[in-house]
Amino acid sequence: MPADTSITAPVSIPVPPGRSALTEPTWVRALLIVGALLFLALFLLLPLVAVFAEALRRGFGAYWLALTEPDAVAAIKLTLIVAAVSVPANLLFGVVASWCVAKFDFRGKNLLITLIDLPFSVSPVISGLIYVLLFGMNGFFGSYLRDMGVQIIFAVPGLVLATIFVTFPFVARELIPLMQEQGSDEEEAALVLGASGWQTFWRVTIPNIKWGLLYGVLLCNARAMGEFGAVSVVSGHVRGETNTMPLHVEILYNEYNFVAAFAVASLLAMLALVTLVVKTALEWRFGDELAASRH
Amino acid sequence: MSLRRLTLLAAGLTMAWLGVAAADSKDTLLNVSYDPTREFYVEFNKAFAKKWEAETGRALTVRQSHGGSGKQARSVIDGLDADIVTLALGYDIDAIADTGLLPKDWQSRLPNNSSPYTSTIVFLVKKGNPKGIKDWNDLVKPGVQVITPNPKTSGGARWNYLAAWAYALQANGGDEGKAKEFVAQLLKNVPVLDSGARGATVTFTQREIGDVLLAWENEAYLSLQEFGADKFEIVVPSLSILAEPPVAVVDKVVDRKGTRKVAEAYLQFLYTREGQEIAAKNFYRPRLPELASQYAGRFADVKLVTIDQFGGWRAAQEKHFSDGGVFDQIFQKGR
Repeated sequence: MPADTSITAPVSIPVPPGRSALTEPTWVRALLIVGALLFLALFLLLPLVAVFAEALRRGFGAYWLALTEPDAVAAIKLTLIVAAVSVPANLLFGVVASWCVAKFDFRGKNLLITLIDLPFSVSPVISGLIYVLLFGMNGFFGSYLRDMGVQIIFAVPGLVLATIFVTFPFVARELIPLMQEQGSDEEEAALVLGASGWQTFWRVTIPNIKWGLLYGVLLCNARAMGEFGAVSVVSGHVRGETNTMPLHVEILYNEYNFVAAFAVASLLAMLALVTLVVKTALEWRFGDELAASRH
Repeated sequence: MSLRRLTLLAAGLTMAWLGVAAADSKDTLLNVSYDPTREFYVEFNKAFAKKWEAETGRALTVRQSHGGSGKQARSVIDGLDADIVTLALGYDIDAIADTGLLPKDWQSRLPNNSSPYTSTIVFLVKKGNPKGIKDWNDLVKPGVQVITPNPKTSGGARWNYLAAWAYALQANGGDEGKAKEFVAQLLKNVPVLDSGARGATVTFTQREIGDVLLAWENEAYLSLQEFGADKFEIVVPSLSILAEPPVAVVDKVVDRKGTRKVAEAYLQFLYTREGQEIAAKNFYRPRLPELASQYAGRFADVKLVTIDQFGGWRAAQEKHFSDGGVFDQIFQKGR
């Protein structure tokens, strides 16, 4: 409303000194900024600092030892393997699903969108338990798989499955609105000009969605490495074998090995920070392009 | 790009499968155990691997998995490939036997009810015992917060519960109704039920919730060792229960993996002097008479009831901890 008044009667109502018509008074701004910063410091920065402080309490030697101890190395490796399988799988699925949803009309489209969101609304514990129900010894495929000599849960494939389920929506959720907004005009134009399907995909679609795709992959990766609940259910907690980093942190903590627990936790925190830095750097470097592709 | 990604995916999957295949090699044992045995089995595994290598010339890796005893049994039933189970109480192995993974008479296969070491339940309180807790009847007083894990998932919690029940029976001349009331009152003083004994210990010692922790004797001593005797002290009640944590080879698994010989040798080693000594060092009560007397000063001489007073573990489990059992009745009423 103040905007209207200033347009209709700019002279008769003077703007009070120190206050422009469109902004709040300085003290309100200051209060909001300080409040937000305090909140951030208290709930984000302080715990983060605490993690590193606790991890380095006995010096860098102990920190290094905790990270290079065989069980920790196995946990780090396993986490990387799980992410290396589940992130590309979800990348592939995310692109295919959002392609379907954005470019075509078909029956059950809304159902598909709802299903893609399902892992967001289901508790991670359930996400783990469904695989126990399916592949556990008393599950649907359990005894059959056992006869074939295949172990799914309490082994790496189970961890991968649970992680894929939990991180399922990240890429698709990022791409669907983007691709819907872009429509299929450019693809149609490419086809009319004689490009093949593959060419259209690589030369038109991918360049258009690459930033959204990258976002999705980064988020997906962060969650894949950090997931606790679902993998906890299917892991079996065998040290050096089916323990991912978040599970390893819990075990170490429960063994009163606080320095080692926080050392591994700090590594997880660093992975998250790297993700953030990469994301910010990309935004800063390619900000204009990013904005262009979003609108 | 797509080809490279696909290759990566394939490589990842192959690595995953290789990881599984490697786990099947002959000289790897998986011991699925309950919560407070972590430190004990780390030491025991090292000693056994050394002995096994000296005797057979083969290297051995013993993998460990720990958690609430009931939860661990559930995992084995669901297909966790345990060569050996070393759980908190007989019923949890009974439950595994019910699925046919090992014979139902498993408990008579090894000496001493297949329990190479025993323990009991004691109280851990803050230094100086500010709430003046001496015995079980102090736990039901208003304003006393008791930490004990969930009997549905934890073995230690079930021993805790039965010890309290035994005390109440004795104090009330065998009146079951009074015992039920007593335990219900005690459970009302429990602010949080962790899923395993170690979780409960961390809740009490680290998060400093509660006035008294009902703990395995070995777990209580370990806390004193970890955090110093200047922070906590152990209170031994007038009556407790003889906790017999049993061990067994999982027949179906060892026969499939071909690990029966090493798995059986592993359990036998628990009964040897060396194995018993490691158990005693980790605050488990050894069975071997000469060691029992050597370490006698370490363990309080307390009157202990046994699980036989409850008609064995199957009967106790059925009555108290099954769905709709006594625990469910009094715990729901208390909330």
